[in-house]
Amino acid sequence: MLAAVYGRTGKAHVVGVTGPPGAGKSTLVNALIGEHRRAGLSVAVVAVDPSSPYGGGAILGDRIRMSDHALDDEVFVRSVASRGQLGGLSSATARVVDVLDGFGFNSVIVETVGAGQAEISIMHLAQTVIFVAAPGFGDETQAVKAGVLEIADIFVLNKADHPMAKKADRSLHEALPASSGGGWRQPIISTVAIDNTGVSELFAKVREHWAQLDPSECARAATVRAQQQLAAAVAELASAYVSEEPDFESLAKQVLSGQLSLKSAAEEAFHVIASRTRPVE
Amino acid sequence: MSTEIAPGEPIRVLLAKPTHDCHDRGVRLVAKKMRDAGFEVIFMNFLLPEEVIRAALDEDVHVVGISTSSGGHLPLFGDLLAGLAAHGRDDAVVIGGGVIPPDDEKTLRSWGVEAIFGPGTNAEQAIAMIKRRLATVSS
Repeated sequence: MLAAVYGRTGKAHVVGVTGPPGAGKSTLVNALIGEHRRAGLSVAVVAVDPSSPYGGGAILGDRIRMSDHALDDEVFVRSVASRGQLGGLSSATARVVDVLDGFGFNSVIVETVGAGQAEISIMHLAQTVIFVAAPGFGDETQAVKAGVLEIADIFVLNKADHPMAKKADRSLHEALPASSGGGWRQPIISTVAIDNTGVSELFAKVREHWAQLDPSECARAATVRAQQQLAAAVAELASAYVSEEPDFESLAKQVLSGQLSLKSAAEEAFHVIASRTRPVE
Repeated sequence: MSTEIAPGEPIRVLLAKPTHDCHDRGVRLVAKKMRDAGFEVIFMNFLLPEEVIRAALDEDVHVVGISTSSGGHLPLFGDLLAGLAAHGRDDAVVIGGGVIPPDDEKTLRSWGVEAIFGPGTNAEQAIAMIKRRLATVSS
């Protein structure tokens, strides 16, 4: 199925929505679905929630906040468990996005697990990244930490009717990178997602950001992403091979006893794999 | 997807309550226990039957569990089973919970609801039933 999809991808606007747990990401996505539909655009949502590190199970509850459009055929919502993947996404997320893009949705919104500082994998997946903050999540020191703040194209201060909202808005303004490098100035938009306040303004900014993107830059990014996916798939294959092949046990023991560094052992294993497997025709 | 489960693939369950039924303590507990058992639980509250069907289709779940404690379970499950069948998903395991009188339980089972977990049963029984049922299918 994926083979049928590739070649048709690259048309959808992929929008990432990230931010700390409880900031209102799902509610905001629900409101954004409404804006897309009013503009006549079809929209798919991939909502990622964390898997338990113990049993591997998950409660996927994002969909519950996106019920305004439950019966709209131009809206598709899929819940995805992170399945042990760090970075706020799951390893399958990129492929799910490709399928929805290839299927012909105008926009694909990816909601990450609650993320805050280091979870920047969304940058490689989405053309437009929205960072959602809410009053009461950390002080100024939290906000100036580099990472996710730098990769966001649009900032949203949700729950803007909260008494602490003014202070949070000020810290966010102070925390923003002095220069974003290119021509795009990262806006800060105040919303109250639950009653749709500020959401049409946010949607306008989302479309505006997409419109000013350089198509050749997007194509380049897509190639980079495909190469990353290839690298991840190769790593998965190699990992399975090394875990299952009993021959690698002696290499592992040499690492354990200190005879060999992990890096040297890995290089050795890589050579073994390369010499044993025939290149793909 | 259907109830064919690849090795290592988590069981996906949709848990929902019908629109007007606010007795959701039980189903929340079941959701947590299922998560701890390694299931991926899509948790939804207060849905119309057509919304349950749509969520089950979008999410490719193996199991649909409806908790109902306020009557109305006969038309609800009737619509749900018919809707799943109409979309080629009559392979999904449909189970119920909450308060369902014994006579109605017989009716529901004859329609294809595979188990009803009422008062006196527990989440572990439901989990064991699902694992057993899906193991039979996938082997």
